[in-house]
Amino acid sequence: MSSLIEGYPEYMRESIEAVARSRDRRLKETFPLIDLKEREKALNQFHPDYKTEGKRRVRLGPNKGDLAPTEVADLLEAHSLIDPREIDLSTIDLDVDILIIGGGGAGMVAALWANYTGAEPASILIVQKLRLGDANSVMSQGGIQAADRPNDNPAIHYLDTIGGGHFTNDPELVRALVMEAPSILRWHEELGVVYDREQDGSMTTLECGGTSRKRLHSCRDYTGLEIVRNLRDEVENRNIPVIEFTAAIELLMDEYGQVAGAVLYNMETQEYHIARSKSTILATGGFGRLHIQGYQTTNHYGATADGIAIAYRAGARLRDIDSVQYHPTGAAYPEQIVGLLVTEKVRSLGAQPVNKNGDLFVNPFEPRDVESAMIIRECYERKNSIETTTGMRGIWLDSPMIEAIQGEGTIRTALSAMWRLYNRFGIDMTKEPLLVFPTLHYQNGGIVINQRGETRVPGLFAAGEVTGGVHGRNRLMGNSVLDYNIFGRKAGIAAKEYAEKVKLGKLTLNHVAKYEELLTEAGIETLRRSPMLLPDYRGEKTVSHALTVL
Amino acid sequence: MTEKKGVTLKIYVMGKGYEVPSDLTIMKAMEYVGYRPVRGAGCRGGFCGACATIYRLKDDYRLHMALACQKTVEDGMYLTQIPFTPVRKTVYDLDELDSSGTLLLEYYPEIARCVSCNTCTKACPQDLDVMDYVQAAIRGDIEQVTALSFDCIRCGLCAVRCPAEIAPYQVALLARRLYGKYVLGKEKQLDKRLRELEEEKLGEDVVQLIEMDVGELRASYERREIEE
Repeated sequence: MSSLIEGYPEYMRESIEAVARSRDRRLKETFPLIDLKEREKALNQFHPDYKTEGKRRVRLGPNKGDLAPTEVADLLEAHSLIDPREIDLSTIDLDVDILIIGGGGAGMVAALWANYTGAEPASILIVQKLRLGDANSVMSQGGIQAADRPNDNPAIHYLDTIGGGHFTNDPELVRALVMEAPSILRWHEELGVVYDREQDGSMTTLECGGTSRKRLHSCRDYTGLEIVRNLRDEVENRNIPVIEFTAAIELLMDEYGQVAGAVLYNMETQEYHIARSKSTILATGGFGRLHIQGYQTTNHYGATADGIAIAYRAGARLRDIDSVQYHPTGAAYPEQIVGLLVTEKVRSLGAQPVNKNGDLFVNPFEPRDVESAMIIRECYERKNSIETTTGMRGIWLDSPMIEAIQGEGTIRTALSAMWRLYNRFGIDMTKEPLLVFPTLHYQNGGIVINQRGETRVPGLFAAGEVTGGVHGRNRLMGNSVLDYNIFGRKAGIAAKEYAEKVKLGKLTLNHVAKYEELLTEAGIETLRRSPMLLPDYRGEKTVSHALTVL
Repeated sequence: MTEKKGVTLKIYVMGKGYEVPSDLTIMKAMEYVGYRPVRGAGCRGGFCGACATIYRLKDDYRLHMALACQKTVEDGMYLTQIPFTPVRKTVYDLDELDSSGTLLLEYYPEIARCVSCNTCTKACPQDLDVMDYVQAAIRGDIEQVTALSFDCIRCGLCAVRCPAEIAPYQVALLARRLYGKYVLGKEKQLDKRLRELEEEKLGEDVVQLIEMDVGELRASYERREIEE
């Protein structure tokens, strides 16, 4: 007996044929972009972020009174994994100048730039909960934005970014993002990153949702993989110490209120280590695996917002933490890959989103939140969607258009990851469209930082998805890869400079004890503990019969 | 995860049998029966190579390779994960190298031991022509290595299977980096833009936007021209 579900079920054929029939007509058709007022209307009515349910006000700490998704509030209103009285701070297991928590893109970039600017490799330590490089960074497919073409400039990139973020971004962070973007591409060239080029050797650039210029630089649809494997190789070439399968479960502070390292937890031996550090960089990524509002996610296994939980106890402030990016096109079928990313590059290359009748209902290049809202409307208000065998609704992303517009064979070369993903489950995306629905993709907000990557807590720096402000309340495609490169670099350099000056006092975990008091004062009675470290997908039967014996 | 009704089949995780729903990936099936992996799960989307898996099927003498997050379970599947591959990586300073393909043989001399058995290619869960790029590496053709190995996710299965004990994916990484840095090199238009930025020609427009009130900024945003 074969268990494989190959291709689409028979009942979807009629709709797939309708999509094929309208293709020639749609090749000449564009659905207009909507204006700012219409955008707001669509978001208010249909975007999950704009619903009142699924959020609550945080009852303690620096953001007391602010809204957060229930799943995030649960992590903030939780006990520590440790009892400070049981942790021996008198033995320092690891003593470094720069501790980097998280070994994804931001963490590795920070380590490299700390090293480039003079930090000895041995004075740096990266701790990573999974393997070095296993992070959302490696999964990013589409590309990186940088205003380097003749008809483009940083001001246009600025306008696209801040408009896409509903004018809520931190202007100074966006300025750094757009002004320094071309220098990141140059650095990548020097590392040997192989960006897509035209026949004449010039960079290939594409448009994306919410951009007004073709500004996206890609490496096929493995952009993140290509950048991350180069970064990882360089971290290894430079002998920068890395400890894998080790999480930070609390920050350490000193008697003067400075962050001074972290309590580490070896995920395999289950012991703790005290890592003292003059400066500490949080590069722990986002919260996709919290499955906010029950959404499936594109995110990696470890995206559980650990950095948010431990930084909040140490006094870091958050912003826009209630703002969640739902990527417009997550796989809705087949079941095995539900929620996984169908890169926006599929639209960049010409595929239109169409409903079950093969009709257009949205421009393919709206900012992500607007695109998602319009897809949700098509599925749930207008009910022009296809329902899968598991009851999920979706609309079609007409991938065969790519071959018609860009030429036969484009999908196999420019979208090899996508083609491979669908081909594994018996769907040939050069011939058949993809069934998609929005999926939880990115944490728009996070820890407040300044242009140097400093948080408001002395000694604590942050970079990448764990931070807020760069993207405001909605991130554009290609700006997150750029973000972790720009702000990873800034945090690495600033942390190195800070480490040269700071004098650490006696280590304490008083902030953890104090947080415990805050929980009591706020009347929060709970058994919840955080950080989460890993999600739990075990079957109900196992969990209900679980014993802790060994 | 909610318990699923419907068709089930039997898989053997490291020899131990479990009934699982038929439409799960290997990774989800292992979780369904009670595993909560620390190793052996990474991106869960086919990009990181953390979940390399080896399995046999009933009455089949062959070993099959897959990514646990990308492969649907099959009845009678005997599987184990290979969450780590001990391989040697040569340390180099990329700045001191050049585009010469002989560097590959110099840094990874074991590639000359390739017996062209094609086992690496059969092992690759990305369906890459691994043996072909190892052969190209021996010839020093870094462009060809780059083209054939580009979609490598470094899961390590080729290295585990190679009878000549080559780690093809390490060789390919060096080849791609040499190609990117020394063959593609620095792009001219980017040079120009970097010079403009150095001469501080482009910052003022951004400052103007920062100084606008939200009303003006919104109007500028709505007015902006969109490239066709």
